[in-house]
Amino acid sequence: MSFNKISPLLVLLVAVISAGCGKTETQVVQPKDTDELVVKIGASAPLTGPQAHIGKDNENGTRMAIDDANAKGVTIAGKKVRFELLSEDDQTDPKAATIVAQKLVDAKVNGVIGHLNSGTTIPASRIYSDNGIPQISPSATAVAYTAQGYKTAFRVMANDAQQGKVLGEYATKNLGAKKIAVLDDRTAYGQGIADEFVKAAQASGAEIVSRQYTTDKAIDFASVLTSIKGKHPDLVFFGGMDPQGAPMVKQLRALGMKTQFLMGDGGYTPKLIENAGAAAEGTYASLPGVPLDKMQGGRDFSTRYEAQFKQPIQLYAPYCYDAVNVMIAAMQQAGSAEPAKYLPLLGKVVHDGVTAKIAFDEKGDLKGGAITMYQVRQGKWQAVETMGGTAPVAAH
Amino acid sequence: MKFNHQSKPMLAAFAAALLVLPFIIDSLLGHGWVRIADFALLYIMLALGLNIVVGYAGLLDLGYIAFFAVGAYTYALLGSPQFGLHWPIWAVLPLGALLACFFGVLLGAPTLRLRGDYLAIVTLGFGEIIRIFMNNLNAPVNITNGPQGISSIDPLSMGGFSFSKTHELFGVDFTAVHLHYYLFLGFTLLVIFVSLRLQHSRIGRAWMAIREDEVAANAMGINTRNIKLLAFAMGATFGGISGGLFAGFQGFVSPESFSLMESVMILCMVVLGGMGNIAGVVLGGVLLVILPEAFRHGAGPLQQALFGKIVVDPESLRMLMFGLALILVMLWRPAGLWPSTQRRRELMPDETVAQQEQDTVYDAAK
Amino acid sequence: MDILFQQIVNGLVQGSVYALVALGYTMVYGILGLINFAHGEVVMVGAMVALTVLQILLAAALSSVLAVLCSLMVAVAACMALGYGIERVAYRPLRNAPRLAPLITAIGVSIVLQNLAMMIWGREYHAFPMPFSNGLHELGGAIITDVQIAIVLIALLMMAGLMLLIHRSRFGRSMRAVAENPSAAALMGVDINRVISATFMLGSALAAVAGFMVSANYGIVHYYMGFMLGLKAFTAAVLGGIGNLRGAMLGGVVLGLIESLGAGYIGDLSGGFFGSNYQDVFAFFVLIAVLVFRPSGLLGERVAERA
Repeated sequence: MSFNKISPLLVLLVAVISAGCGKTETQVVQPKDTDELVVKIGASAPLTGPQAHIGKDNENGTRMAIDDANAKGVTIAGKKVRFELLSEDDQTDPKAATIVAQKLVDAKVNGVIGHLNSGTTIPASRIYSDNGIPQISPSATAVAYTAQGYKTAFRVMANDAQQGKVLGEYATKNLGAKKIAVLDDRTAYGQGIADEFVKAAQASGAEIVSRQYTTDKAIDFASVLTSIKGKHPDLVFFGGMDPQGAPMVKQLRALGMKTQFLMGDGGYTPKLIENAGAAAEGTYASLPGVPLDKMQGGRDFSTRYEAQFKQPIQLYAPYCYDAVNVMIAAMQQAGSAEPAKYLPLLGKVVHDGVTAKIAFDEKGDLKGGAITMYQVRQGKWQAVETMGGTAPVAAH
Repeated sequence: MKFNHQSKPMLAAFAAALLVLPFIIDSLLGHGWVRIADFALLYIMLALGLNIVVGYAGLLDLGYIAFFAVGAYTYALLGSPQFGLHWPIWAVLPLGALLACFFGVLLGAPTLRLRGDYLAIVTLGFGEIIRIFMNNLNAPVNITNGPQGISSIDPLSMGGFSFSKTHELFGVDFTAVHLHYYLFLGFTLLVIFVSLRLQHSRIGRAWMAIREDEVAANAMGINTRNIKLLAFAMGATFGGISGGLFAGFQGFVSPESFSLMESVMILCMVVLGGMGNIAGVVLGGVLLVILPEAFRHGAGPLQQALFGKIVVDPESLRMLMFGLALILVMLWRPAGLWPSTQRRRELMPDETVAQQEQDTVYDAAK
Repeated sequence: MDILFQQIVNGLVQGSVYALVALGYTMVYGILGLINFAHGEVVMVGAMVALTVLQILLAAALSSVLAVLCSLMVAVAACMALGYGIERVAYRPLRNAPRLAPLITAIGVSIVLQNLAMMIWGREYHAFPMPFSNGLHELGGAIITDVQIAIVLIALLMMAGLMLLIHRSRFGRSMRAVAENPSAAALMGVDINRVISATFMLGSALAAVAGFMVSANYGIVHYYMGFMLGLKAFTAAVLGGIGNLRGAMLGGVVLGLIESLGAGYIGDLSGGFFGSNYQDVFAFFVLIAVLVFRPSGLLGERVAERA
């Protein structure tokens, strides 16, 4: 091999890069008049790949909040503000997430709403922290995200510990379970929430009779469920998402078990009922926040969302909407959209959102977030009870 | 490899180009793309490591990402609050490489007797076993923190020099992504150098002999067992180094980064670029890191413009293209886009062998 | 005790599916000495096609027995065509190429099929319609559903039919001849290409049936369902002795039992150190152990190591 051969490689490399150049430019900011202050909000979620539909939903929620703010005419320190959205695709990939974070930092965004998963939120948070850019995740639940000690990291979603604790107490106190079997799907989400559930259930006096595992791609749970059956639990908790939850509850019933079945927010989807059919009846699932129709502006939010995007809310759009508004509220209070200036106030803002009353604790976690339990009744999810959290402003 | 008078200026120009490349990318496209270049270098290291196993020795390894994982986790465990250890880079990186090497031998030893398809499936299983263990070793004793992964990993730093901070040198700002570029570039060049030396060494020739005909190689007095083990060990070592650098660069590792699809991606780099040819493998690595980015920005908007909506998710389109590329390259260009001369000869249909040999004679005469 | 019995039932059901898929691997290997990596995806395509046809027919208010039979037939036909196509496009041109080449195309075919399926049927899990009521039966303390009984019976029937076909028919004889020695078979007037194509189609037909059974049993279909199933079935084929039809059946059932008993009891046996989280590891450990200690498998007559 001679080095002469490498030079075409270099030419090719440069050519490919510069070819990609034109396409990657995000919208260029052109302030129309000098009195107008342009504030750039970065958003990141998977817009391609298996979770694209949920990521798009996040983007929609963020976009709605920004459109609303622009329509309302927000002023910061007497200046009219125009908000701009810079949306980037993190592909659910930790590597891509850091690249996206770097791009948003390069674009000098004033704050970031994202990312969707804990696996992308955590590696990206280091880059935002290094550059002092405030970040509010609408949906990352891993405890580690806010435990890293970054001052820029916030979330408007209950973390695994908060949600797992409420679920564990609900199972033992409200549903009266004494012997509990726990399954999880070995993802960061499933394992996190299941471990916290176990702690809370044990603290409330229940016994964990069986701890079993599956994967996020499995559809056969016969042997683990049989093993659970042998321990005669009163309740089965599954930390995981609906694709596994649906066949699991089906197979549970097919083994002749009549125990209660409980899941976290990964189970609260119409798809669970669709795929599990009659077996879904009686299943419990939780969702952080207050039911939308109980919150001021919540019902309005969902009708406007459906009108604008021609589809129902998928999952986290309301949380994104709240995250943007909390950020704007902090900017207004600080009288500046400079990250360094409004960041100290972000931790102190109290905001009536569409999902809950939002305030952060010293780590950046949601303070006393409310969590609502739902149950499948006559083939529909119905709110059963809202627990914890600061008293919401009831709409009726 | 020869360094004649003509190639020296080329070499110097090439080195200069590599040195200023991050600044060119930066001014044209921004920091984000420098970060992509950093990842490209990490992948090139991985592809070069796999090239030793697949390209030189002809052993198809579908679980190569496991060694990357071993390196990354070694760095993460010894340089993060997980155990409260903060070992320096000069201790952790070689240790990660050594451990990966050990795992390479561990995988190689029982599979020595296997060939081709069996080896492929066993290595695939091995890769999955490593990932499953890392995903589950959080109980009863918490070692890897399970699916949550390890966060707050120490940034790469040497002595007092941190690669994750901006340094000013000769009035030029070197930001974190630039510094990582130079660090990774250094390691990549080292890996290329070792690969080159190995290729033309006694060992390299022994690997190729095994690839061509194991029985004949054995008959010629090559200790096939040791030589094959060495291929696994060398390949794994490169993977381990790359993994350690990845962990320090990223600051976070979790088992989801080490899925089977990653192993396939690296295999694609080697196969598409040109098995056994270092320049080809580098080309494969660069293409497969940059193309998906271009795809993501190109395929979506293009469909939007043509059909008014996204018909096919660019992500699945990208994977489809990779699958098709694997098939088409094997059918029409089995030696890859930039094949090594020897490999090309071997993969050509029998009729042209005479012509090939003729060519070689002419080559030698030049 | 009833739990143990239940686990054995679970293992048998799962094992029957593995066995059917493993037959596809072992037949192709027996003839070509090639692992058809894409075979698991054929199972998935079978399930997906059956789903679509079944949905259409049920919507058209066809009687449920007829709908199930029709969808199964269409799925089998589609998979046979697919199997034929895969062989023609990806394997036949490379029959004399170095061994690495067809292996890499096989991986390519697998990726292409997965992503095509994802584009056509979407990423979500689909509910597989169940037109009959799926009754539960108690059998010595274990519970077994109608579908599960059907799975075991159909698997046994298919395997018996296959054995008859291979050992009693003219086509079976030419298949065995090609497996034994392709060039000699060609000299004796056997059309090798036709036999190989037919073998791929036969294996794909079995895969389609397996895909249908899996979907009916779990009531769920997904574009990724074939990959892991394929790997497990391949392990089963190796366990029984690859290239050996009886071995594939035995290997499938044994692997099903190992997995189900392993996942069910390892937690208690190891005092909670290992658990069902290592379920997928068992199959791979079995695979490695068999290849290292008994490369010819449980019933293998062939030497596994074929260069």
